[in-house]
Amino acid sequence: MTDTTAHIDDHHAQPKGLARWLFTTNHKEIGTLYLVFSLAMFIVGGAMAMVIRAELFQPGLQLVNPEFFNQMTTMHALVMIFGAVMPAFVGLANWMIPMMVGAPDMALPRMNNWSFWILPFAFLILLSTLFMPSGAPASGWTLYPPLSLQGGNSFAFVIFAIHLMGISSIMGAINIIATILNMRAPGMTLLRMPLFVWTWLITAFLLIAVMPVLAGAVTMLLTDRFFDTSFFNAAGGGDPVMYQHIFWFFGHPEVYIMILPAFGIISEIIPTFSRKRLFGYTSMVYATASIAFLSFIVWAHHMFTVGMPLGASLFFMYATMVIAVPTGIKIFNWVSTMWRGSMTFETPMLFAIAFVILFTIGGLSGVMLAIVPADFQYHDTYFVVAHFHYVLVTGAVFAIMAAAYYWMPKWTGHMYDERLGKIHFWWSTISVNVLFFPQHYLGLAGMPRRIPDYSVQFAEFNLISSIGGFAFGLAQLLFVWIVIKCVRGGEKATAGVWEGAHGLEWTVPSPAPLHTFDTPPQVDDSVTAHKDQLA
Amino acid sequence: MKRTNEMIVGLAMVAVITVITWGVFAVGDNMTAGVTPFSRDVYQLHMIVLGIVTVIGILVFAAMFTSIYLHRKSRGAEAAKFTHSTRAEIIWTVIPILILVAMAIPATRVLIDMEDTSGAEMNIKVTGYQWLWQYEYLEDGISFYSALDRDSNAARQIGSDISPREVDNYLLEVDKRMVVPTNTRIRVLLTSGDVIHSWWVPDLGWKRDAIPGMVNEAWTLIEEPGVYRGQCAELCGKDHGFMPVVVEAVSPEDYRAWVAEQTGGQQTAEVGQPLDEMDRDTLMAHGEDIYDAHCAACHREDGSGMQPAFPALAGNAVVTGDVSQHIDVVVNGRPGTAMAAFGQRLEARDIAAALTYTRNAFGNETGDLVQPADVVPLIDAQLDERLVSADRAAN
Repeated sequence: MTDTTAHIDDHHAQPKGLARWLFTTNHKEIGTLYLVFSLAMFIVGGAMAMVIRAELFQPGLQLVNPEFFNQMTTMHALVMIFGAVMPAFVGLANWMIPMMVGAPDMALPRMNNWSFWILPFAFLILLSTLFMPSGAPASGWTLYPPLSLQGGNSFAFVIFAIHLMGISSIMGAINIIATILNMRAPGMTLLRMPLFVWTWLITAFLLIAVMPVLAGAVTMLLTDRFFDTSFFNAAGGGDPVMYQHIFWFFGHPEVYIMILPAFGIISEIIPTFSRKRLFGYTSMVYATASIAFLSFIVWAHHMFTVGMPLGASLFFMYATMVIAVPTGIKIFNWVSTMWRGSMTFETPMLFAIAFVILFTIGGLSGVMLAIVPADFQYHDTYFVVAHFHYVLVTGAVFAIMAAAYYWMPKWTGHMYDERLGKIHFWWSTISVNVLFFPQHYLGLAGMPRRIPDYSVQFAEFNLISSIGGFAFGLAQLLFVWIVIKCVRGGEKATAGVWEGAHGLEWTVPSPAPLHTFDTPPQVDDSVTAHKDQLA
Repeated sequence: MKRTNEMIVGLAMVAVITVITWGVFAVGDNMTAGVTPFSRDVYQLHMIVLGIVTVIGILVFAAMFTSIYLHRKSRGAEAAKFTHSTRAEIIWTVIPILILVAMAIPATRVLIDMEDTSGAEMNIKVTGYQWLWQYEYLEDGISFYSALDRDSNAARQIGSDISPREVDNYLLEVDKRMVVPTNTRIRVLLTSGDVIHSWWVPDLGWKRDAIPGMVNEAWTLIEEPGVYRGQCAELCGKDHGFMPVVVEAVSPEDYRAWVAEQTGGQQTAEVGQPLDEMDRDTLMAHGEDIYDAHCAACHREDGSGMQPAFPALAGNAVVTGDVSQHIDVVVNGRPGTAMAAFGQRLEARDIAAALTYTRNAFGNETGDLVQPADVVPLIDAQLDERLVSADRAAN
C-alpha cells in the first residue's frame, strides 16, 4: 500500500461541472472522457451497422438507396476505427499506464487534455457530412481514388476530420511514450513493465510512424479534388494505385495499432484469473516487437488483385505468412499460462478466453488470405469481412470489454453486477458468431463486400447474419446499462479487487483517488505481474 | 495421475471440437472448384490451407478447453509455478515455420503459373465503366457493352413490387453476355474508363482490378461449356452491386457462328453510317436505347434523377437550354462529380441520339435534333487535349 490513501487531492480548488471536464489535466479524468466518448461512438457506429444489416436482411432494396448504403459502410468503418476502438485503447492507456508504472500522471498533462478535446470536434465534423447536400463519404473507409474524388464538397470536411484525428492520435502517442520512458517508478525496469504497458509503448511508435503517412495520403486527395493536382489521376500522369500503396503503408500498421494493446490486456487478465504468472513474458515482448516490425512490410497483401509483379506478390505473401509465427507464440503462451493454473471465470476472464478462441479463428483465416492465388478468390468478398470482424470485434472490442470489466471496480470503487456481466458475455459471444461466422460461407460462395443487394442464393446466410447482428447490437445496450449501474453503486471493491491480481494498480485503493503515486513506490519482482526470471 | 487425466480429457476435447468443426463445415457453403485448370488449383490450395489451419485450431482449442475443464479452482486445482520453458518455445516457433513453408511451396507454384499470360490464342479487352462492362474482342473486331438485365433492374429498384425471387438469376444476368470458346487459352486485358472496378467470375478462379490508366492481364482456359456468373468486386460507386459479369462458354464452332452473327452489321444497318444525318424517329429510338443503357442508372428511365447527387433531366436547365453546352457536358463530363465524360466511350451518333432523346423526352419539348456532326468537333478537341497531356506526362 502506498501513502496515497492518506493523500487528499484538493491541492487547488477543483472546477466543478462542465469546466472540470473541459480543463482537466488529470490522467484519470481524461481517461474517463476517452472511454465515454469511445462508448458513444461505439453506439453511433453500431447504429450504422444496424442499417447495413437491416438492408441486407433480405434480397431486394427495402430501406435505403445504394448511395446511402455506401455512406453507411464507409462511416461505420471510420467511426468504429477512429472513434470507438482507438480512443478506447487511449482511454485505457491514460487510466492505467501511470498507475501501472508508478507515475503520478501522464508526462504531458496539458497536451493530454488537448489530444482528447480535438476528438469530439473531429467527429462532429465527420458526422455532419451526413447532413450536407453532397452527403457523407461513400467510397469505403479506404477512400480509394478516383471514386473518392467523385464526392461533393463535403469531402473537404472528411479530410479535415481525418487530419484532426491524426493530430490527436500522434499527441496521445507522444504522451504515452514520454510517460513510459521517463516516469517509471524506481525499480520498474523495462522488463518489469506489465505487458499492457509494453504493447502500448510499441503501438505508440507505430502511431507516430504511420499517422503522418495517412495525413499525406488524404492531403494529396484533397489537392487532387480541389486544386487540380494529379497525384492519383492517370489522365494527368498520376497513379491511382500509388494511393493504395501509401494508404496501406498506413493501413496495415493501423490494424496492429488496434490489436497490440488488446494483446496487452489479455496478457494482464489471463494470469490474474489463472492465479499463475504469465508464461513466457520476455518472448511476449519480443513477439509484440516482431509483429510491429513486420506490420511495415506486408501492406501490399491488401492489393494482390491490383496487378503486381510476380516478385512483389511473392515477397508480400511470404512476409505476411511470417506474422503467423509471433502471433502463434502469443496464443501458445496464453494457453500455457492457463495450463495447470487455478482458474475462475469472472466476466473479464470469460471475455479474455473468448478473445483467444475467436481471435485465433480470425488469425487462421488471415493465414488463408495470405495465400495469393487463393486471395484472388477471397479478396473483396464477405470472407474478408468475416476475417476482419473476427479480429476487430471478437478481437479488439472483446479485449476492450474484458478490460472494462477487469478495471471497472478500480475506476468506480464498485463491483459491476456479475450476473448481468455473464449474461452480457454469453449473449454477445453467441450472437457475434451468428453474425459473423456465416459471412465466411457467403464470401466463399461468391458474395462481394460493400453491396446493398444480392442474388437470392445468398439470402439464407444473410438473414441469419442480420439476426445475429440485431442481437449483438442489443447486447451492447445491456453493457451500457451495466456500466451505468456500476458507476452509480454496487458492492464495495477492495484495493486488490481480484484474488490473483498483481501489479501496482492493485496497490492503490478502489476507487483510485484522483492523484496516485505522488511519491513513487519502490518496485521489485514481488509486485509485478510477470516474473520470468525464475525457471 | 495428473498427466493421464490431461491426456484423456485432451483427447475427448479433440473429438468434441472435431465433431463441432465438421458440423460447421457441413452446414456452410464452400469455394467453387470452377471450370478452369487454375480455378481447380486454387480450390485445392484453399482446401489444403483450410485443412492445416483447422487442425491447428482444433489442437489449440482442445488444449485450452482441457485446461479450462481440469485446471479450475472449483475442482481444487492449485496453480503451478512454471513461467517458461525454452524447449516448448523453440518447438512452437519452429513447427509453425515448417508448416508455413509447406504452404508457401504449392502457393508459389500456382501463382507463377497464373502470372504467365504468354501463348494466348485470343485476347479480350475488358473495360469497366460506372456501371457496366465493355468487351472488345481484339482479333474478331467485336465490341459491345454488357449491363444488368432489365428484369433485375426493375426488381432491384427501391419500392419495386417485383420479388427478387421471381426474377431468374436476380442481379447475375446481363443484357449481352461475354461469349467465349471453350478449351481456348484466352488473355483478358483489363482497364477502366472511370473508377477502379474488379472483374470477377468465381468459376474462373480469379478476380483482377480494372484500373484507369493501367492495363492488367490475366488468362483463362474454360474446359466446360456453360454460363458462369460473377460481379464487380471493387466498390465503384452507387451501383457497384449492380454490374454483373456473365461469361458464356460455347464450343469453338458455336463461337465462330456467334462471331459471324455479331459482325453481320445489324446495328449499323439500323442507324446508317457513323456520321450520317438521322431523322427524328431514328434519333429518338436509338437515343432511348443509349439512354437506358448508359444514363438511366443515375438519371432514371423517366429522367427524374436522384437528388442531390444525380440531377433530374426533366426540365433541367442544361438539357432544355443551349445545345452546345449540353453537348459539352456529355462529351467532357463534369469533373468532381459522378458525371462521366462520354466522348471517348460512345460513338458520335450514340451521343447525338441520346442528346436528342433527352431534349425531347420527359416533357422536355425543345424540338432540337442533335446530329453526329454537331458532336464530332468536341470529341476531336477532347482527344487532342488528351494526347497533349499524355505527351506532357511522358516528357
